[in-house]
Amino acid sequence: MRSSAATWMHKRPKMRLLALLTAPGLWLVVAYLGALGALLITAFFTIDSFTGNVVAQFNLGNFQDMLTDPAYRNVVLRTLGIAISVTLICAIFAIPMAFFMAKIAKPKNQKILVALVLTPLWASYLVKIYAWRSMLEPHTGVIDWLLGPIGIHSPGFGGPAIIIGLAYLWLPYMILPIYAGLERLPNSLLDASGDLGARNFYTFRRVILPLIFPSLVAGSMFTFSLSLGDYITAQIIGGKLQMLGNVVYQNFSINLPFAATIATIPVTIMALYLWLVRRTGALASL
Amino acid sequence: MTISSRARYALMALMGVGFAFIYAPLSVVIINSFNSSRTFSWPPTSLTTQWWSKAIENTGVRKALVWSFTAGAMATLIALLLGTSLAFAVSRYDFFGKEVISLLVVLPISLPGVVTGIALSNAFNQQLGISTGLLTIVIGHATFCIVVVYNNALARLKRMGTSLQEASMDLGANGITTFRLITLPNLASALFAGALLAFGLSFDEIVVTTFTAGPGIETLPIWIYNNLFRPNQAPIVNVVAATLVIFSVIPIYLSQRLSQDSTSGGRF
Amino acid sequence: MRKKRLFSQIAVASAIALVLAACSSGEKKASETTLPEVAMMKSLGAGEGQVNIVAWAGYVENGSNDPAVDWVTGFETATGCKVNVKVGSTSDDMVALMKTGEYDVVSASGDASLRLIYGGDAAPVNTDLVPNYADIFDGLKSQQWNSVDGVAYGIPHGRGANLLAYRTDIVNPAPTSWGSVFDANSPYKGKITAYDSPIYIADAALYLMKTQPDLGIKYPSALDQTQFDAAVALLKEQKPLIGEYWGDYLKHVASLKSGGTVLGTTWQVNINLAQSEGVKVEGIKPVEGSTGWSDTWMISSEAKNPNCAYMWMDHIASPEANAAVAEWFGEAPSNAKACDLTSDTNFCTTYHAADAAYWDDVYYWNTATEACLDGRTDVKCVPYSEWVKAWSSLRNA
Repeated sequence: MRSSAATWMHKRPKMRLLALLTAPGLWLVVAYLGALGALLITAFFTIDSFTGNVVAQFNLGNFQDMLTDPAYRNVVLRTLGIAISVTLICAIFAIPMAFFMAKIAKPKNQKILVALVLTPLWASYLVKIYAWRSMLEPHTGVIDWLLGPIGIHSPGFGGPAIIIGLAYLWLPYMILPIYAGLERLPNSLLDASGDLGARNFYTFRRVILPLIFPSLVAGSMFTFSLSLGDYITAQIIGGKLQMLGNVVYQNFSINLPFAATIATIPVTIMALYLWLVRRTGALASL
Repeated sequence: MTISSRARYALMALMGVGFAFIYAPLSVVIINSFNSSRTFSWPPTSLTTQWWSKAIENTGVRKALVWSFTAGAMATLIALLLGTSLAFAVSRYDFFGKEVISLLVVLPISLPGVVTGIALSNAFNQQLGISTGLLTIVIGHATFCIVVVYNNALARLKRMGTSLQEASMDLGANGITTFRLITLPNLASALFAGALLAFGLSFDEIVVTTFTAGPGIETLPIWIYNNLFRPNQAPIVNVVAATLVIFSVIPIYLSQRLSQDSTSGGRF
Repeated sequence: MRKKRLFSQIAVASAIALVLAACSSGEKKASETTLPEVAMMKSLGAGEGQVNIVAWAGYVENGSNDPAVDWVTGFETATGCKVNVKVGSTSDDMVALMKTGEYDVVSASGDASLRLIYGGDAAPVNTDLVPNYADIFDGLKSQQWNSVDGVAYGIPHGRGANLLAYRTDIVNPAPTSWGSVFDANSPYKGKITAYDSPIYIADAALYLMKTQPDLGIKYPSALDQTQFDAAVALLKEQKPLIGEYWGDYLKHVASLKSGGTVLGTTWQVNINLAQSEGVKVEGIKPVEGSTGWSDTWMISSEAKNPNCAYMWMDHIASPEANAAVAEWFGEAPSNAKACDLTSDTNFCTTYHAADAAYWDDVYYWNTATEACLDGRTDVKCVPYSEWVKAWSSLRNA
């Protein structure tokens, strides 16, 4: 019974494809895309200034307002800069940590190390960011209290604080994919590279890095996109700074069309990001 | 490649720095759960256990934990199913819409939560006419959890290629057996990583949940938010976070042991 | 070839999105320039068994957080209405949640109430069905943020003034005017705070109202374009002085304690909390007066449980419940009889609950509308959506 069903499927690649695509397709395309489309289309509408309800008259006023006011250019560049910095910092921490965990730690310790890397995930976003607030508070915070005597001071609240906070939050999302990728990297490849005369760093650059690049890209998608849409961290440790998400959050209730206009920016950025990723050929099917 | 002991120690030191980075704030959380100050001021001038006793008496947090675990488990399951099938489709086949799928799947986490929240809330209320509840929370969470599983699965499938699969079928196994004995075990650790991260995302999510959870349902992040902004007992959230952190090591360690990978690249 | 495929896929995806978007109903009410017609309930019937409430954190306590803090369980037993509460984090969240039609009652702040009324989401309240309404302070009844043309749209919950906080051990001499947070030469530059919401424009307008009378501002929430631009300009000048804008009390009080903030807008409850932590801080109402706020319990125009909703509104306005919530949250109660029931006998004095003269120069936050709230008909006032845009622009300039 089972084998004939399997044979039937094997002979019909299109059926297999259909079976694979139906559920996610329905969900993402119909449900999510439809709902999102209904929201983003309001970017071309306006609101009745008296009642606050959306008026479905096509016009480009919102885009004009957004593009002419330098404030929005500032917030876009700032958010982009933060997302890129967070991704870089996460990668810099994650690669050596994942390498140690996958290749150097004893097998019985590996599991414990993975568990230890993941524990911050259970400590709630808000609690962690408030802990960072305690740490970064100028003069009276933990960093100044602990490291002040040796001359290291907290950067205070603002851009660097947001980057530190977000990098902290998303670090497991970068470590785990890289760890999974490194774990499957056969040591024979690394031995061969050494046998052929490559020094460690050369092997790292020419053998390891290209092989874990898909995992790096997978991880970077999380750190980049999660940072792009974030706004709570900026409110708590960002000082006076705002991110794109803050602007959307402020406007969505009273002026949905304008909030939708701002929301098209992360969509565009992600489309560009994915296009760039495909150009590097990391995940050829992306 | 050989790892000299100097390089080994250097990596161990980096690992130490990494762990210090990870655990410093968590230590602050644990210490603050005993801090008598209601505004988390540092250093604690006096210690108290009142927040712990308040947390133990609190029935709201227990209910919130149950809601969060239930929603997280269901959302992760759905994300596993949909994300994996999508990853297979994209990595093995060619079809119209392939390139846009990746954008679509990552949008839920790259847009501010309020956009996804409002979009889904409108869809539920106006287009589908279903009222919010656990089901809508799960739908909301699964929508942004798909990408976590999808990315990890896709990266692994790309690395894996089709040669093992083809070899298995050449040797006489049918599609289902091949999937069961060859493909799935090779995917396992990637899927496990994806599932853990997806659960973590769902467990921690507050904004989309506010709009997709109906009246009366309070997940843990919402409970924490409410308490942080009640003027009188913010430190109680530190107690909950500290407890979760301490107890979480055990299930993760256990689940890791249960999912032993049959093949591994080897270690130094 | 690849590029062509990508573009065609994006085109198709966008087309699908547009089609699905068109199929959705969009907004429910046609835009009108008059007050939406919403029926007022005529008589009270039997309870429906439950009531769904959107409220601020701390307004609807049922003992699950602290067994001693509970004014809900008794209500549930007496009326049979199970209370389901959804906590809103901002007025924006609350308005959005009410628009879904899934909630019966909301505790709306001044920057939300008129939006709900004119958006057709709130129904007028029949105060005859709310016996405790009679004991509400007169200064809160039929005000501009909770009524239109004499028709009440909600039950007042409590009130508070936005005070000027200052660290008594750092700020010398003690400030007496809002000018100290707008002073370009302030010695406390970088340590001043302001409330992080577009409604703060009203605070700037209040200062201009008193210091630049030729602008003609009569009410800080009713600003024509010239007055509005002047207020925003003042805030732009203020921005370099600000260290942090605050929206949540925890960050604000922690900052006052650490000295990161030494001067700026605050609420009485924050002063109390900081003082209980040993911080040397005071809050005063400056010579210009101050802005203030009063939340209103409103009923949804699509309430599925209207009878329980009315019963809740009556209950929360009753002296016992009103006293309990006012004390827990930290604001002046709205029911005159509540003052005899607070556990701290000085509570009402601290919060000036019964002191009518105190509230004479408190200008309550309200949602700015195009029809000027100060009664002017010769000009159009700037609507709140423009306030929000200007605020976004200011915060990121």
